Amino acid sequence: MADLKAKEVLFGPIFNDNPIALQILGVCSALAVTTSLSVTLVMCASVIAVLCASNVSISLIRTQIPSSIRIIVQMTIIASLVIVVDQLLKAYAYEMSKQLSVFVGLIITNCIIMGRAEGFAMQHGPGMSFLDGLGNGFGYSIVLLFVAAFRELFGSGALMGVQIMPLVNEGGWYNPNGLMLLPPSAFFLIGFFIWGLRVWKTDQIEDNEFKMSAHKTREAF
Amino acid sequence: MAQSKDTVRRTLVVALLLSVAFSVIVSTAAVSLRPLQQANEQLSIRSNMLAAAGMLTPGATDDEVRAAFDEFEVLLVEMGTGEIVGPERVNAPSAADFDDRRAARNPELSRSLDNDPAGINRQVKFAKAYVLRDGDSIERIVLPVHGYGLWSTMYGFLALEGDANTVIGLGFYEHAETPGLGGEIDNPRWRAQWPGKKVYEDEDKTEPRLRVVQGGGPSEYHDVDGLSGATLTSRGVSNMVKFWLGGQGYAPFLEKVRQGDI
Repeated sequence: MADLKAKEVLFGPIFNDNPIALQILGVCSALAVTTSLSVTLVMCASVIAVLCASNVSISLIRTQIPSSIRIIVQMTIIASLVIVVDQLLKAYAYEMSKQLSVFVGLIITNCIIMGRAEGFAMQHGPGMSFLDGLGNGFGYSIVLLFVAAFRELFGSGALMGVQIMPLVNEGGWYNPNGLMLLPPSAFFLIGFFIWGLRVWKTDQIEDNEFKMSAHKTREAF
Repeated sequence: MAQSKDTVRRTLVVALLLSVAFSVIVSTAAVSLRPLQQANEQLSIRSNMLAAAGMLTPGATDDEVRAAFDEFEVLLVEMGTGEIVGPERVNAPSAADFDDRRAARNPELSRSLDNDPAGINRQVKFAKAYVLRDGDSIERIVLPVHGYGLWSTMYGFLALEGDANTVIGLGFYEHAETPGLGGEIDNPRWRAQWPGKKVYEDEDKTEPRLRVVQGGGPSEYHDVDGLSGATLTSRGVSNMVKFWLGGQGYAPFLEKVRQGDI
């Protein structure tokens, strides 16, 4: 375990082992908070903060955690950190926290955080766990920002709240795509992201789980 | 190592210590940040109120918002009769400190509704009204209103001119309607339809005629065009206005304003 390279731990999750695109974790929040770029940025920052802090604290006490209650111990730590982040947002970024509403609280159930705690922080030191949290947080953020940029640009013709394509109902020429404002559009966009990533990094393409046999039945016509 | 940390005693000790440590962290954060959070919430509601009254300059600082808000006089209005009551009736130190949203859950200060077009279940017996005076005459009246849209109760303010009939504006400070569809009730272009509309007809001042209609209605004074793709939210806004400006709401109070009794 000691031969783990810091650079790999930090940058690996961004494209090579992306938590959303390869591990397919944390997709739920990618659907919910990506209608506008600025909200997504705050969400990403919150997730990175929680992920790093939970990885470090779990890693620090990893030798003390009895295996029979390890999951609930991780949950307690993660939930406490999320509540603290939520309270901080309400105190210092009130408008943002109103837009994020329940989704900050739902970071608790974000599979990436639990997954990294159980899969990495329980076996590695705090330094490496911090880098792993940072890397996975960035991996998560890059997908979210990609999705949010598309959704805000084509759904409301703006980026970061700045109008780029003037909307028809405000006297401009761009007729916004309503689908982009609804959660399913994030599924399509994440699908396209994964497609693009696997065209670039062909080693991520999974083997077929089955082989189609030749068509043998004679059709009626 | 692996043996020793799995004993029952060890498990209990770790669980206990962890719970204590993290409950201290969570409660410290919650308690120490509460004043800031409440100030934020209050400020946000007040700036929304000023925005509805057309008195919020873009980029106003927190102090400017507080100063503009302080120009308003806060009255407590008895629903259904329009009587002005003192803060002692609602056990509040002053009318401005009265928490109407909490009062709506208090059986002594609210009543359940049989005729409930706004979908709010319980209505406060006494509600706030913000009045801006210019000498003896009333210049602006801002009324807190709320009603059920598609998913959520929408909380907002409706501002009227001193004639208690002409709308200055409508704004919401809290709702959870679909962003991009019902959420467009926050859209400035949609809200720009409201100023200048008349609540009541000239002859009959008891039943509000102001409404939201899909496609815009025939009357340029009373009909606001609904939001496309958000029929139920638009209907909710319409019912909310009808309820709060009707006989169960502020209509008797507004009548007194027109009579010059306030």
